[in-house]
Amino acid sequence: MKDWRYWLAEQRGTLLAFAIFIVMFAIYSANHPAGFTANVVQTAANKGVLLAFVAMAQTLVVITAGIDLSVGMIFTLTNCMASWLVVGTGLETAFGVIAVVGTGLLCGAVNGAIVIYGRLQPIVATIASGAVYFGLALLLRPVPGGSVNEDLADFLTGRFFGIVPASLVALFVVVLVIWVPFSRSELGRAAYAAGSSETAAYMSGVPIRRGKFLAYTLAGLLAAIGGLFLTFFTYTGEAAYASGNAYTLFSIAAVVLGGVSLFGGKGSAIGAIFGALAFRTIGDLLFVFDFDPLWQPLFQGVVLLIAVSLGAFALFRVRNRLEWFL
Amino acid sequence: MDGAVPLFRMEGISKRYGGVRALEKADLSVTAGSIHAILGENGAGKSTLIKVMAGVVAPDEGRMMLEGSEVTFASPAAANQAGIVCIFQELSLIPELSVADNIVISGPPKRFGMIDRKAQRRIAEEALARAGASDIHPLALVKDLPLSRRQMVEIAKALARKPRILILDEATSALTAADVAKIFGVLKRLREEGLALLYISHRMNEIAELADQCTVFRNGRNVASYAAGSKSDNEVVELMIGREYSHIFPPKPVRSHSGAVPVLEARNLSWSDRLDNISLSIGAGEVIGLGGLDGQGQRELLLAFFGVLRGLSGQILVDGRPVSIASPSAASDARIGMALIPEDRKTEGLMLPMTVRENLSFAALDRLSKAGVIDRAAEQRLIDDMVGLLAIKSAGLDIPVGALSGGNQQKVVIAKWLMRQPRIILLNDPTRGIDVGTKQELYQLMRKLADAGAAILFYSTDYDELIGCCDRVLVLYDGAVKRELVGAEITEHALIASALNIHGESAGRGAGKGGEA
Repeated sequence: MKDWRYWLAEQRGTLLAFAIFIVMFAIYSANHPAGFTANVVQTAANKGVLLAFVAMAQTLVVITAGIDLSVGMIFTLTNCMASWLVVGTGLETAFGVIAVVGTGLLCGAVNGAIVIYGRLQPIVATIASGAVYFGLALLLRPVPGGSVNEDLADFLTGRFFGIVPASLVALFVVVLVIWVPFSRSELGRAAYAAGSSETAAYMSGVPIRRGKFLAYTLAGLLAAIGGLFLTFFTYTGEAAYASGNAYTLFSIAAVVLGGVSLFGGKGSAIGAIFGALAFRTIGDLLFVFDFDPLWQPLFQGVVLLIAVSLGAFALFRVRNRLEWFL
Repeated sequence: MDGAVPLFRMEGISKRYGGVRALEKADLSVTAGSIHAILGENGAGKSTLIKVMAGVVAPDEGRMMLEGSEVTFASPAAANQAGIVCIFQELSLIPELSVADNIVISGPPKRFGMIDRKAQRRIAEEALARAGASDIHPLALVKDLPLSRRQMVEIAKALARKPRILILDEATSALTAADVAKIFGVLKRLREEGLALLYISHRMNEIAELADQCTVFRNGRNVASYAAGSKSDNEVVELMIGREYSHIFPPKPVRSHSGAVPVLEARNLSWSDRLDNISLSIGAGEVIGLGGLDGQGQRELLLAFFGVLRGLSGQILVDGRPVSIASPSAASDARIGMALIPEDRKTEGLMLPMTVRENLSFAALDRLSKAGVIDRAAEQRLIDDMVGLLAIKSAGLDIPVGALSGGNQQKVVIAKWLMRQPRIILLNDPTRGIDVGTKQELYQLMRKLADAGAAILFYSTDYDELIGCCDRVLVLYDGAVKRELVGAEITEHALIASALNIHGESAGRGAGKGGEA
């Protein structure tokens, strides 16, 4: 086989997610009353990037064959923090951003430490830690409120040169600064290796623990960036339990849609981003077709099922039944 | 050899797992520029010895010295640092990563803190070439490669680490004869380069060809060390099993080919591009071998019979009646009575974390149940029978099957299927990585089952086994039966020649030498 075919095989999940997103978005913008305009794209981008950040966070953990049920709560907690701290002068705002992002890192590191050194199952550990993070969020914001540096918020949710949504640029920068180095670093590969076969990785002298720890920690960071952007969009902080949980669950859906294997070791955050954007577009489709919003969860679920089944079509072609289980 | 200063020494190493003594004051010394063979039955302590050397387990007592100074290894990574690299019997490759990723896994080349993919590709290609496996594409995912190719990747991976001491634990067990020949060339070159090699194998002929020095282990101790070639095979086997060595293969009965209806028959089986118009028939009491190089469709043929393949063309007949077998559960149904002893016992044969008892009764639960409730007493009786029949050595029926030695695990797989009293038994390379003693028991069991009327189809990568066990051997090449060898025709020369699909007198030389002698 030629090199490009191996590349294609590796990127299959990501490309599929990309295709699903393009199709959905084409339908969406074709039926939108305003059509394919900068405004429509900007609104869609702003809604999409929130889930995209959380889905990226989820990807990192899922790659290690774990799962992080606290990402939505880190997202909520950092939103509440940002509504206190990311205010005031330029310098104060900058420190606020650093504090918020640092909190995300810390939350992720705590998860990592519990899972790796405490040897608890990721699903249990992150349910517990997620509850703690939400508890802290409630202490910070018993009722919704607060504010944010509006200049910064408007800058990051607006448009560059009148067309390019700033939030998409921010997402792109985060991919470039966090995901790309991670996926190409030795520790990133250790995370993949641990997810694919932990014993083989251990036998090969791979730094499994550090790799997994980094994955959990960066997941916290990415969820915090998501929380920061939520504050920029809403100008407030709110310890909303339902929304935090929804983000956690949607992030898992986005990851699967994006071709990341829940068994670990396979997939890319780029795929998860397209998965997230596609998932968001599903909700928006209802809006352009004038459906009752009550239909949204049902419709979203059905489309998700169909999209995920697309990835399973290959199974019909399998002629050796043992390959079903690989 | 005697005058040389040992590169590595182990003194008085002991290791216990619970009540079991795996190693008891074992000594070993390894010299640079030589190949040192370690022999012993499964459970003799070889694996533990290697694990201690490679930093996987810490010894309870004893010391290790590298070039005269004492060392301890806290992890495999630490042992690698010291130049000790091990190719484990249980493959250590990461399935979802590419071949190149795997080869450089323990220390990828970096630029600006990130992995340098170009350099990685180069290293991988070099290492693959050094291992004589340039046919493997560095970008292929390991999970897509067949077992024999993975083993070559494993060897390339070890070489890429520039070891000083290289340990090969049953490294050739999954390889084809042609690959074994290549690997032997590589190993001899490494010896020239001054490496110390530790070679663990159950194949005596390989040891005879490679080793300079041999050490025999039994019950956790090194019982003898000698220069290679100074003892006969019989003497060595006696040292290993600690008892008189009798004929390893049971005698084959003389049978008259009567007109009886074959138990299992295939007519013109074809599937995908892997099986090409295969016809065969097996009578009651017959042991039919499948030979040929690895990956010529033998495995697929067994899976075809067992109802795993979809889109199969041709006909399968049981007792002369055409049947359609749509799944393994249909195949093992009482009317057909088929059992498949799989190749990879860890994934297809056993559920490692579950107990011996549970594993044994899985395949037979429907027979042991009345109205959906398991008859415990009947289950226990059958299990006792099987444990007795196969002489499974286990600390108890309620320990995880993963805690047993390889040979005993394989016995559990076989026992599990025998619990259904199958009439047609398909075996897919069942003796891979199993010690001589257990092998011998399996050969005898196979013959016993055949004598009791079973039809047996037996695929093996070990030609000696095919010669010793089979009434007939079908040699597969590229998915088709190239040759059928009957009785005295089954010789090593004939097997190798037809495996390579050449029919000349000179065929066996050169190409087949690595495999069997």
